[in-house]
Amino acid sequence: MSFPLLTATALTPAVGAVVTAAVPAARRTAAKWLALLFSLATVVLAAAVLLRFDTGEGADRFQLTESRSWIADFGVRYELGVDGIGVAMIALTALLIPFLIGAGWNDADPKGDEAPATRRWRPTQGFFALILMVEAMVILSFAATDIFLFYIFFEAMLIPMYFLIGGFGDRAGEQDSEEGQARQRSYAAVKFLLYNLVGGLVMLAAVIGLYVATADQLPEGTFSLQAILDARAAGELDFGTGTERWLFLGFFVAFAIKAPLWPLHTWLPNAMGESTAPVAVLITAVVDKVGTFAMLRFCLGLFPEASDWATPVVITLALVSIIYGALLALGQRDMKRLIAYASISHFGFIVLGIFAMTSQGQGGATLYMINHGVATAALLLVAGFLIARRGSRLISDYGGVQKTAPVLAGTFLIGGLATLSLPGLGPFVSEFLVLVGTFSRYKAAGIVACAGIVLAALYVLILYQRTMTGPLKPGLEKLPDLKVRELAVVAPLIALLIFLGVYPKPLTDIVNPAVEHTLSDVQKTDPEPETPAVEAAP
Amino acid sequence: MIGLLVGAPLLGAAVLLVGGRFLERVGHWVATALAAVSLVLAATLFFDMLGREGEDRALHQHLFSWIPVADFQADVAFRLDQLSMTFVLLITSVGTLIHLYSIGYMEHDPRRRRFFAYLNLFLAAMLLLVLADNYLLLYVGWEGVGLASFLLIGFWQHKPSAATAAKKAFVVNRVGDVGLAIAVMLMFTTFGSFAFEPVLAGANETGEGTLTAIGLMLLLAACGKSAQVPLQSWLGDAMEGPTPVSALIHAATMVTAGVYLITRSGAIFNGAPDAQTVVIVVGAVTLLFGAIVGCAKDDIKKALAGSTMSQIGYMMLATGLGPVGYVFAIMHLVTHGFFKAGLFLGAGSVMHGMNDEVDMRRYGGLRKYMPITFVTFGLAYLAIIGFPYLSGYFSKDEIIYAGFSKGGAEGWILGGVMLLGAALTAYYMTRIMLLTFFGEKRWQPDAQGHEPHPHESPLSMTIPMMVLAVGSVGAGFFFDQGEAFVHWLEPVTGLGHGDSPVSHGTVALAATGVMLLGVAGAWWQYGRRPVEAVAPSGRWITRAARRDLLQDDFNHAVLVRPGNYLTRGLVYLDHKLVDGVVNGTAASFGGLSGRLRRVQNGFARTYAVSMFGGAAVLVAATLLMRAV
Repeated sequence: MSFPLLTATALTPAVGAVVTAAVPAARRTAAKWLALLFSLATVVLAAAVLLRFDTGEGADRFQLTESRSWIADFGVRYELGVDGIGVAMIALTALLIPFLIGAGWNDADPKGDEAPATRRWRPTQGFFALILMVEAMVILSFAATDIFLFYIFFEAMLIPMYFLIGGFGDRAGEQDSEEGQARQRSYAAVKFLLYNLVGGLVMLAAVIGLYVATADQLPEGTFSLQAILDARAAGELDFGTGTERWLFLGFFVAFAIKAPLWPLHTWLPNAMGESTAPVAVLITAVVDKVGTFAMLRFCLGLFPEASDWATPVVITLALVSIIYGALLALGQRDMKRLIAYASISHFGFIVLGIFAMTSQGQGGATLYMINHGVATAALLLVAGFLIARRGSRLISDYGGVQKTAPVLAGTFLIGGLATLSLPGLGPFVSEFLVLVGTFSRYKAAGIVACAGIVLAALYVLILYQRTMTGPLKPGLEKLPDLKVRELAVVAPLIALLIFLGVYPKPLTDIVNPAVEHTLSDVQKTDPEPETPAVEAAP
Repeated sequence: MIGLLVGAPLLGAAVLLVGGRFLERVGHWVATALAAVSLVLAATLFFDMLGREGEDRALHQHLFSWIPVADFQADVAFRLDQLSMTFVLLITSVGTLIHLYSIGYMEHDPRRRRFFAYLNLFLAAMLLLVLADNYLLLYVGWEGVGLASFLLIGFWQHKPSAATAAKKAFVVNRVGDVGLAIAVMLMFTTFGSFAFEPVLAGANETGEGTLTAIGLMLLLAACGKSAQVPLQSWLGDAMEGPTPVSALIHAATMVTAGVYLITRSGAIFNGAPDAQTVVIVVGAVTLLFGAIVGCAKDDIKKALAGSTMSQIGYMMLATGLGPVGYVFAIMHLVTHGFFKAGLFLGAGSVMHGMNDEVDMRRYGGLRKYMPITFVTFGLAYLAIIGFPYLSGYFSKDEIIYAGFSKGGAEGWILGGVMLLGAALTAYYMTRIMLLTFFGEKRWQPDAQGHEPHPHESPLSMTIPMMVLAVGSVGAGFFFDQGEAFVHWLEPVTGLGHGDSPVSHGTVALAATGVMLLGVAGAWWQYGRRPVEAVAPSGRWITRAARRDLLQDDFNHAVLVRPGNYLTRGLVYLDHKLVDGVVNGTAASFGGLSGRLRRVQNGFARTYAVSMFGGAAVLVAATLLMRAV
C-alpha cells in the first residue's frame, strides 16, 4: 500500500489543532504561528494530492484510495478516495484556511482589560485549534467514500463549529451591552447546531435504511459508495421506487439544511452575522460546501431515479433561493447578514447547476463552489477588517470610507464585483456555466435565474455606495487603511479570482471527467443543439 | 499582434493601479503612451490589411482555450476584419486624443493616476469587445466597458450624485447584459456554439422564431449599452463623470457598442424581420426622445447627452433596415465619434474656464474669451447639424435616404421621423451654440464669491480639439470619395439597395431645408433677444423634457418603489414566517423551542448542554448501528 496521502492531508490540521491547543496561555503568538504553519503544511499536502491526481483518458474515477476495515460487523470501512470534484474541494479548503488564520490573527485575543481569570484561559489557542479541527473534518468528508464514515465527519464538524460561533463574536453587535451580544451569539450557535443536528438525524435514519437495503439484496450489507455503484451498474441492487425516494429525501434534507436551501436557510444569517469574519467565511465557503458536494456525490450517485423524480421540486427551490436570497440581501441593514443572504442566493445557483443534469450545469456548480469560496472570502474578510475598525456591522454607520482607506475600499469593490460575477473574475465562469447548463435543459428556469444577475449588481453596488462613497461619516476621519497583514491576506485571493476568471482550464480539466461519471450515474446526456452549426475550418 | 492591441492598455491599467505612489508623477504619461502604442499598432495592422484583397482581409488569432466543458468551448480568440478594424481605429485614435486632453483637464486632481488607470482599462475592454471572435468573449468586453464606465462616472465618489449615477448606469446596463447572456445561451442550444463564424453561417438554416428570439435579446443588450428606449435612463446621469469620460465613453465609443453588436449579428437579424422592425421602432423612438430632451436641458453636458441618444437612434434605425443600412450606420458612428467627442471636449474646455459651471444660462458671449474652443466647437456643430459637405451631411443623409427606401408608408414615416429629428438636431445644437458663445455674458459670482474668469484652455487640451475638428469637417467627404467606406465595409456587412421614392438629391435638399428651419427656430428664440439667466417655467412639454420625459418618475413608480416594498415585506416575512414555521415545526417534534430558550440563558450552560447533546447523538448513532 502506498503512502496514505489523503489521510496525511486530513491528519495534519488535526495534529495541528492538538498542538496549538496545548500551547501555554502566555505564548499566544507562538500558537498563531504554529496554527499557520500546520495550515500551510496542509496546503503542501493538498497540492501533492492535486499533482498526483491523474486527469488523463481512462484514469480511475476514485484515486489515491485507501481502505481499511473499521467496524467489520457492519461493513463500515475506513475508505478514502477522491474524484476530480473531491480534489478541487480539498484544494479549496486547504488553500483558504491559512488566509482565514491570517485574517483572524487578532480576533480571539483577550481584550486589554480582560485579565486572565485562570492560567487555563486560552481563547486564542482555542480559536485556532478549532479552525484546524474543522478543516480536518471537512477534508475527511470530501475524501470519504464510505457513507457511514462520511456521516461521522459530516456530524462531527458541528461541534468545533458550534464553539467557534458561540464563543468568538466580532464584538460589534447591534446591542451595545456585552451580555446582549453574548446572548445573540449563543442563540445563533444553538440555532446552527439544532438545525444541523436535525438534518443529521434524518440522514442517519437514511444511512441505516441504506445499509438495511444493501444487506437485503447483496451478500452482505455495505456502506461503500464504490460497491453500491458497482452493484447498481451490474443490476444486483435495486432499491425499488418507494424506498429509493425515501432514502433520497433523508440524504437531501440534511444536505439542503447545510447548503442551505430555502426554506431551511434561516440559521445561516444568524450564524454568519454573529461570528467573526473568518468563522463566517469558514461556514459559508467551506463547511456549507460539504452540503452541495454531498448532493452531487451521494444524492445523484446513490439515488439516480429519485433524483430525477425530485428534480422539478429541487429546481424550483433553487430558483426561489436565488431570487429570495438576493431580495433579502437588498433589505439588510447589517453588512454580514447581507453577505449571508447573498450566499443563500449563490447556493441556489449551485443546486440549480447540480440538478440541471448537464455537463455545463454540474461542472459549473463545482467551479461555483470554488469561486464562491474565494470570492466570499475576499469580500467578507475585507468587511471584517472594516467592522473591526469601527466596531459596527450596520451599513448606515459607514460612508465615504474610500476617502480615508482607498485600498480597503478598492479590495472591497473587487470582492463585491466577484460576488456579482463580473466577467474576468472566477465567479463569472461558473455562474455562466450553470446558467447555460440549466438553460439547455430548462429554458424557463435559466431565464428566471438570470434575474439573480441583476439583483446581485443591485445589492453589491448599493452596499458599496453606502459604505465607501459619498461624504465621510463623522467618526471615520481617522479610519486606517489596510495593514500589511491584511493586504497579504486579501491580495492573493484577488489574484486567484483573476486567475480563475482568465484561465480556468486547469480546474475544468480536473473537474470534467468527474462530472461525466456523475452524469453517467444518473444516465443523462447533454441535450443536442437544434441545428448544429457546420464546424468552421480551424 | 492583435493580442498586444488589447494588452498594452491592460498592462497600463494594471501597472497604474498596483504601482503605488511613485507613479504619481509619470502615471498619466505612461497611460497616454500605452494608448498611443495601441494606436500605432492599429495603424500598422490597418495598412497591412489594405495590402490584402477584400476576402483575405480578416485576421484570426487564437490565444488559448478559455472555458472548455464538454460541448461548451469558449476560446480567447480574436478576429480582426474591416468592421472591427474601423472600430479599433476609432477607439485608439479618439482614445489617445482624450488621454492627451485629460492630462490638462485632470491636472489638479489628486487621484489623477487612478483616473488614467481606469481610462486604460476602458480602452482594453473596448478593444476586447470589438476584437472578440465569439459572443462570450465579447460579453467580457461588454461588461468590462460597463465596469470602466461605472468607475469613471463615479470617479468623484465623494459626490453622492456621482456615486448614484455610477450605480444606476451599471445596474441598468446589467438588465441589458442579461439580454446578451440569454442570447449566448440561445446560440449555444441552437447552434452548439457561440463563435461568430458558425453562428452567423448557421443562421440561414435556422427557423425564424429562434432567430427572432436571439435578435430581440441582442437588441435588449444593445438598448442597455447604447442608452436606447427603454433602457435610456442612465446616460443623462452619467454626465456626472469627468468630461473627458463623457467624450470618450458616453459619446464616441462605448455607447455605440450596441450598433456594433447588431451590425456584427447582421446574419441573425436579416433572417428575423420582426426583430428588425423592433430595432427600427426603438431607433426611431429614441431618435425623437433624445432630441426632445436635448432641446430642453440647460446643462450643456446633458443637452449633449440627449443629442448622443438621438444620434445613436439614427444608427440603430439604420441597422434595423438590414444590409441597406449597416454600412451607413457604421459610417455615421465614426463621423459622430469625431464630432461628438469634439463637442464634449469643447464643453469640457468651457467648463474648465468657467469654474466647472455647466448651466448654459450662466454662459454667454464666450467666443471672445475662448476663440479656439469656439472655432473647434463651431466646426463640430456644423458637422452634426448636417451642414453641406461636412461629415454629418454625408452620413446622416445616407441614413435618411435608406429610411425612405424601406418603401411604402413605412418608408415615408421613417423618412419623415428622421427629417423631423434633423430639424430638432439643428434646433438644439444651435441653441447650445447661441447660449454658450453668443449674446451677453450672464455669469455671476458663485456662493463663495468667486467670479469665473473665462480663459482659453492649455494646448494639451486644445490640440485634441483641433484634431477632432479636422475629423468632423473632413471625415465624411473622405469616406464618400469613390464610396470608399462602402467598399471597405461591404465584404463584412453586405450591402443592399432599396427602392426609394425620392432621389438622393431630394433627400439632401430636404435635409438641408429642415436644418435651416431648425437653426432659424433656435435663433428666433435665443438669438434675437437676450436670454434669461434663469429658465422660464415653460409649458408642460418643456417641463417634462427637462425631467427627461419623466423617465425616472416612471421607473421609480413602476420598479423602485414596489421593489422596496417587496424587499421590506420579505425581510419581515423571513423573520416572522419562514423562520417561525421552520422553528415551530422543529419545536412540535421535540420541544426544541423551549430548550432553545433555556440554553440562551447562560454561556457556560450552553456549552455544557450542546456539547452533551452533540456527543449524545454520536454515541446514540453508534449504538443504534450496533442494534440494527
